[in-house]
Amino acid sequence: MKTQEFRTCPESGLQFHKPAELLMRLNAVVAVVCLLVGGITALLVTLTRWPAVHLLPADKFYMLLTTHGINMLIFWIIFFEIAVLYFCSSTLLRCRLATPKMGWLGFILMVAGAVINNVSVFSGRSSVMMTSYVPMPAEPMFYLGLILFAVGALIGCFIFLGTLVIAKEEKTYEGSIPLVTFGALTACIIAIFTIAMGAVILIPTFLWSVGLISNIDAPMYRLIWWAFGHSSQQINVAAHVAVWYAIAAIVFGARPLSEKVSRTAFVLYIAFLQLASAHHILVDPGLSSTWKIFNTSYAMYLAVLASMIHGLTVPGSIEVAQRAKGLTKGLYEWLRKAPWGNPVFSGMFLSLIGFGFLGGISGVVMGTEQINIIIHNTIYVPGHFHATVVIGTTLAFMSMTYFLIPVLFRRQVFLPGLAKLQPYIFGIGMMVFALMMMGAGTLGVQRRHWDMAFTDAAIGFDYPASAYALMGLVGISGVTAIVGGAIFVLITVVSVFFGKRVGSESSYGTETTRLMKAPPIVHAEGGHVAAGKWGFAAPGTFALAILFLAIFVAYYAVNWKYLASVWPMS
Amino acid sequence: MSAIQPPSETIWWKQPLDRVEGTWIALALVWSLIMFFMMPIWHVYGKQNLSNEAYRTTPEAFMAKTQAMVDQFTVRTETNQNMPVVHPPPGSDVYLIGRLWQWWPLLELEKGQTYRLHVSSMDWQHGFSLQPVNINAQILPGYEMVLTVTPDTDGDQTIICNEYCGIGHHNMVGKIYITEGGS
Repeated sequence: MKTQEFRTCPESGLQFHKPAELLMRLNAVVAVVCLLVGGITALLVTLTRWPAVHLLPADKFYMLLTTHGINMLIFWIIFFEIAVLYFCSSTLLRCRLATPKMGWLGFILMVAGAVINNVSVFSGRSSVMMTSYVPMPAEPMFYLGLILFAVGALIGCFIFLGTLVIAKEEKTYEGSIPLVTFGALTACIIAIFTIAMGAVILIPTFLWSVGLISNIDAPMYRLIWWAFGHSSQQINVAAHVAVWYAIAAIVFGARPLSEKVSRTAFVLYIAFLQLASAHHILVDPGLSSTWKIFNTSYAMYLAVLASMIHGLTVPGSIEVAQRAKGLTKGLYEWLRKAPWGNPVFSGMFLSLIGFGFLGGISGVVMGTEQINIIIHNTIYVPGHFHATVVIGTTLAFMSMTYFLIPVLFRRQVFLPGLAKLQPYIFGIGMMVFALMMMGAGTLGVQRRHWDMAFTDAAIGFDYPASAYALMGLVGISGVTAIVGGAIFVLITVVSVFFGKRVGSESSYGTETTRLMKAPPIVHAEGGHVAAGKWGFAAPGTFALAILFLAIFVAYYAVNWKYLASVWPMS
Repeated sequence: MSAIQPPSETIWWKQPLDRVEGTWIALALVWSLIMFFMMPIWHVYGKQNLSNEAYRTTPEAFMAKTQAMVDQFTVRTETNQNMPVVHPPPGSDVYLIGRLWQWWPLLELEKGQTYRLHVSSMDWQHGFSLQPVNINAQILPGYEMVLTVTPDTDGDQTIICNEYCGIGHHNMVGKIYITEGGS
């Protein structure tokens, strides 16, 4: 074996393998570039949907909405996820990265794919939205770019798996892999399924676009495309839940309430999340209600159950760790005295709250077979997924970045005062944005629609004034969130490229240390329950969970009532 | 110390649950099952369900059926494109075409009567969004969806396309006029 190149970060104790470190840095930097492209287009799209501004002409609006979706949902997130996969395998397990040269190949394919796809969309000939529903055609290059990108990402997944194998073989850790790595493994398995589905649908569509296949069946396309499109969002869920656990561990030294429960919840994701293709085709012709009910509920909501478990165990583990430090007064001293000025924590906690209360509840409600009738393709839908993907995933990744800037890039965070505020500007702006979109969607305002006033249509329609007011608030809160996003990009880019170095020049050596097991659980009298209340180790978290459930039940009931007011249908 | 280290117990799956987890899992599971069974229950007791009745068709075949209805039941024309307004008899099969970029023809239905509304696309995917009542369905080329509907609200309804279908998408608007029944 060749000489290994490892360095240990003096602050965090994490150990980096040089080739992995470089690939993580590159993937993270390109991710932020994609976030920037997605962010600029976000601003232009938001300013167009803000009725009082209505900035862009229709063709530019549809083109930029296509780029915004693809750069944010696919490129930014997956580049970052590849960095997360390498971090959770090579760095956390203190192991050399498997086949770094293949990592380069994967990275180059992903960059090439992203560039090709973006060039195709910016040419104006592929304004087909991220979903590219057939038979509306895009240029062949549009699909080819996505295929290349997916192949690159697949290579990243296999390098992750290969690194796990090496770590086990070379015994770089004791016992079982850490929970965070287990979560990343979940994301990786879902990613492989997702990319396979992408291949099944995008390759024939590419062949169709060059004229080798005569017809692609529209409902088949929707079924399989969403097995790719929705599953890719489930990669994000698994990845950002893993990041939540990681941040709870890094900031608080939190350990999972129980390994068994948290890991089982991840396994439920693997088993059931990919049924979610159904969420997008609940009001499509050609499928039975039996199929729709089974699939839309992830087989009796077992994947929702998994998210509800993580929603309890992540803050619960923080609460237990805080109580163990003596913050035991009342229900919420542990939370009040949490480091709200540390963006690594504040971003993660806003991500958790926003994902659960806004994204989670709205997703389950609109994924109910019949309730989807009053929500499908309204602007409620992007309201929902901005809560899950932007507040949930993007904000979690932003928090992780604040941790990685000193640890991975060895730089100080630029403008730390502004960095403290950034998660609040971005997170709260995005929460209001998502809520306002959901409100407007409930009033029937459409998504992917240039003109809610129907100025040029032969037949007009007037939305109520309240719908215009809500869309105005969508504009204001959207711009606020974009300012938060711009601050993030500014801080990240300046820190990484021009920031002050942390510590001395890193020295790389051959020496590695083995990852040790967590120290044994100290069973004080009554276990960690002693610090809690009502026999619960995390009573404050439990009370929050009950509040969540109450809101969930109430909102679910309200939507059935609203559904009952529309025309009888059978 | 934490979730970024291997579990302290080698046999971690035997570590007992904390009460807070067990209680929450039980509550969450009960709620999941309630939500699951709510859907079949609504099929039995609720009034708003898609029948999921659908047929394969072709643009030509569907156009022919729609044209036959238009020829028989047109009561007037509207807009500068002379769009026919069709008043089909209550209980009948009503045909609606989605195409780039219009809903054709305009319809006039009687309040409180039930119709079998057949919808299909002549070209790309479209979204049938009836406003302000807010009923939404996906319309696909090659497939004929049948919605059995009973308009029970006052006031005319507008059909907005809510599946992006190209540069004229936002101009794709149709109409369902609702008249008082009894004719």
